[in-house]
Amino acid sequence: MHPTLASITIAGPELVLTIGGLLLLMLGTFGGGAANPGNRLTVRGVTVAAVIILGIAGFALIDAPIGERQTAFNGLYVADGFSSFLKVLILGAAAASMLLALPWLEQAKTLRFEYPVLLTFAALGMCMMVSADDMLSLYVGLELQSLAAYVLAAFHRGEGRSAEAGLKYFVLGALASGILLYGISLVYGFAGTTNFGGIADVLAAGGKTLGLVFGLVFIIAGLAFKISAVPFHMWTPDVYEGAPTPVAAFFSAAPKAAAMGLLVRVLVQGFGPASFDWQQIILFLSVASMGLGAVAAIAQTNVKRLLAYSSIANIGFALVGLTAATVDGVDALLFYMTVYLAMTLGTFLVVMQLRTLEGRPIEMMSDLAGLSRSQPRLALALSIFMFSLAGIPPLLGFWPKLAVFQAVIDAGLIELAVAGFVASVVAAYYYLRLVKIMYFDADEAGLVTDGSRVNGLLILGAALFCSPIGMLAMAPIATATGRAASALFTAG
Amino acid sequence: MSGMPILSIMILLPLVAALVLFTLPGDAAERAARARIVALVTTLIEFGLGLLLWQGYETASPDIQFVERAALFGPWLEWHLGIDGIALMLIMLSVFLMPVCVLAGWESVKTRVPEYLAAFLVMESLMVGTFAARDMLLFYLFFEAGLIPMFLIIGIWGGARRIYASYKFFLYTLLGSVLMLVGMLWMIGEVGSTDIGVLSAYDFDPKAQFWLFLAFFASFAVKMPMWPVHTWLPDAHVEAPTAGSIILAGVLLKLGGYGFIRFSLPMFPDASAQLIWLVFALSMVAVVYTSLVALVQTDMKKLIAYSSVAHMAFVTAGLFALNEQGIEGSLVMMLSHGLVAGALFLCVGVIYDRLHTREIKRYGGLADTMPRYALILLFFTMASVGLPATSGFVAEFLVLIGLYQTSTWATLVMTTGIILGAAYMLWLYRRIAYGAPAGEDTRAMPDLNVREVAILLPVVAAVLWMGIYPKSFQDPMKPAIAAVTARLEGTQMATLPTDMTFLTAPAPVLVPRGQAARHLPAVEAAH
Repeated sequence: MHPTLASITIAGPELVLTIGGLLLLMLGTFGGGAANPGNRLTVRGVTVAAVIILGIAGFALIDAPIGERQTAFNGLYVADGFSSFLKVLILGAAAASMLLALPWLEQAKTLRFEYPVLLTFAALGMCMMVSADDMLSLYVGLELQSLAAYVLAAFHRGEGRSAEAGLKYFVLGALASGILLYGISLVYGFAGTTNFGGIADVLAAGGKTLGLVFGLVFIIAGLAFKISAVPFHMWTPDVYEGAPTPVAAFFSAAPKAAAMGLLVRVLVQGFGPASFDWQQIILFLSVASMGLGAVAAIAQTNVKRLLAYSSIANIGFALVGLTAATVDGVDALLFYMTVYLAMTLGTFLVVMQLRTLEGRPIEMMSDLAGLSRSQPRLALALSIFMFSLAGIPPLLGFWPKLAVFQAVIDAGLIELAVAGFVASVVAAYYYLRLVKIMYFDADEAGLVTDGSRVNGLLILGAALFCSPIGMLAMAPIATATGRAASALFTAG
Repeated sequence: MSGMPILSIMILLPLVAALVLFTLPGDAAERAARARIVALVTTLIEFGLGLLLWQGYETASPDIQFVERAALFGPWLEWHLGIDGIALMLIMLSVFLMPVCVLAGWESVKTRVPEYLAAFLVMESLMVGTFAARDMLLFYLFFEAGLIPMFLIIGIWGGARRIYASYKFFLYTLLGSVLMLVGMLWMIGEVGSTDIGVLSAYDFDPKAQFWLFLAFFASFAVKMPMWPVHTWLPDAHVEAPTAGSIILAGVLLKLGGYGFIRFSLPMFPDASAQLIWLVFALSMVAVVYTSLVALVQTDMKKLIAYSSVAHMAFVTAGLFALNEQGIEGSLVMMLSHGLVAGALFLCVGVIYDRLHTREIKRYGGLADTMPRYALILLFFTMASVGLPATSGFVAEFLVLIGLYQTSTWATLVMTTGIILGAAYMLWLYRRIAYGAPAGEDTRAMPDLNVREVAILLPVVAAVLWMGIYPKSFQDPMKPAIAAVTARLEGTQMATLPTDMTFLTAPAPVLVPRGQAARHLPAVEAAH
């Protein structure tokens, strides 16, 4: 087969997403979406079509040979167990983000077909990110995802807050991309290649120069912005608060997993021989994120800001796994991201489904007062998510924490584990505060739901997954994450 | 073990019943009535299963019995259950107290009854699971999960300062537990197994033992609770509803002691022997300090809460006497205190339901107006003080015998605790039962009704049984205790002033060999 054709076959999922995304754009434009922005049928049709396209991409992914490392496009692109696992997560989270937005956008009268289209392109960018085997494809994937995300943040363009969020995200994101590019150019200059395997070869051959380490630092800084690790987290609370809630839900889920996967691949495969240098940086990022995420969230009154800090803290916990720089550590990190996606999407789903009696979506934590009386089932689901995020056994959220800390303790970093667990106790305080508001505080106004059955089912699924029943799913997940992590390390 | 998986059934049945409670039909009042019946029947079935367990337990065998294993939960832990005599007795205590708890809130809890009972059923499942777990992470899972229902019980159905108390309870115990978890993870990395049996047989490096002991100590000392980390307990007790206090005093406080005997002593024998000074010091301070604090309390529940801390100090001192009598006494003390403190909280609940205050000075003269109540309260006061023929006597006596062999000075101080205990309990009784009623409303309180008598009498019977014929409770525990002391044999104890002379540098004392088989005549006499 011609190399290009072979490459295209390997990059099947991305191909499906590219063509699918373009088709969706056509479908929306010529299906009446452009003329009539509020057209429910068009938007629903496009959303369903987008979910189907993501499904086909997922099928193309599963159809690919397992356990084999295939490179394409002259080493720009790689498909292995690691990328497949993350792509499943990304496609799943993106599909959930499309579906969950419909009732909310409809109620806010901003139901536009561009939403699923943008998400599809973002998903394409994220798939590129986790499959990048070269600094250039890394950058292309990252920018594709980011551009879609900037537009999504400003999706409520009539609303000042949303526009501000989009602009803020764009300016800071562009700065971070600049830092990243600067790092890439330094690495290229000192290593003479942009390919991850090539950089590792240079490092292993004793080519670790000061310039290369500088490049590494800049690259980590640029990527830390994308995963919102402290001290590059400033945009997160503002963007979450300003962006429409479904967009914030999306931001907290799939892009985090993708950027995390990207960071892991760059560091392990590209800078593996220099792990001593980046371990310290990741250690700092992780401790700072856990600590700040836990402490700063205490003072929040807005649910979305609270969840923003919660996602910062969770990224810190996931980074603990990377600090170990071992197969077990990356394994635990993947497990952490899997469970984290379910917890954060579930929490956002509950928040989105609730309405005050006047039909206003809730934003403040105090709006949830007495939820256990007016909506006992949603309150139960939300408290499952909160206890799970707090990492209290037997809820599922406990086990990924256990896994990452087991990995670092095995790697000899007991102090990090102690610091992390103490941070998790502090974080438990604010997760408990939501439970307290729902269960202990007096009923104020009473809340209603928007009555969406699809979202109800999604909440049920996420809650069951995070409940002790989800522990039965740990064995298959562990098999998958184990295979993904070892694929990353055996590639060499 | 052949036959049905009785431990799994005991763990899962209350969970299923709790789910049933949420799906009951009818309006609020009907649902509440049905929920009470479902909960009562479930807890009684659990008690029946517990009796079945006891009946099927081979007392003389040192093996872990009723073992169930299933590799369910991936690479981290497995569903591995099994009991020895110690676990059996504590499971019996839990399932015995649960119907009492359900009945205690039969009339006084009026809001969100199905949820209230569901929380208790979940609690029961978790407690049985904690005692039955043979996998360390499974133990941790049940141990920690108990925080959630208790947090909700205190926070939703508690008193005025319930939110403060529930937070304090949750975060205090969580902080202690995560340090233990770090230790557990290190041990798993070192040994490569989560099986408690395997870990108990592994000889850790003495230096590592020191840190591991402290990590586990952080958790169990808070749970216990030991001075100076006991402050969450009075708050939690005062704010919790009556049944919550019963379960807190009756079973949750026992988790700390159970943890010491299941983990600290057999897994870290060298560190345990080296750090007895720490435990003794904290116990001695606790027993004197909290007894004095109990004397000045004006709130009945707070007084009993402080007395619990003092009694738990006996448990820790006895456990770390590191000999058979001390450990056995501690375990009997745990069982005895579970019954007696639970019953005392129940007695407080009875009069609280009538007058809605826990202030001691609002009562008085109950011996005249509520004679049946006064009689039962007198019985439990005496049991708490440790009068012969009650369970408290057996426990205190064994603890002191064991402790005397290890440290005479500690025994001296602990014994003053008994005197102080008698002082605050008898004074409490005098102020409540004798004298003149504090007001007309106090005088008008009706005596115990049938339900209340029916709850309290089985506890009276159990306390008397344990006081007069403790052998029934001690025999199943003996092989398990022997297994623990066998691990401790030959370890070098910290140099303590062991007798009443002031020697400057006593020679190191070894835990004597072969003591597991030895029985002091005095212990036999106490039986």
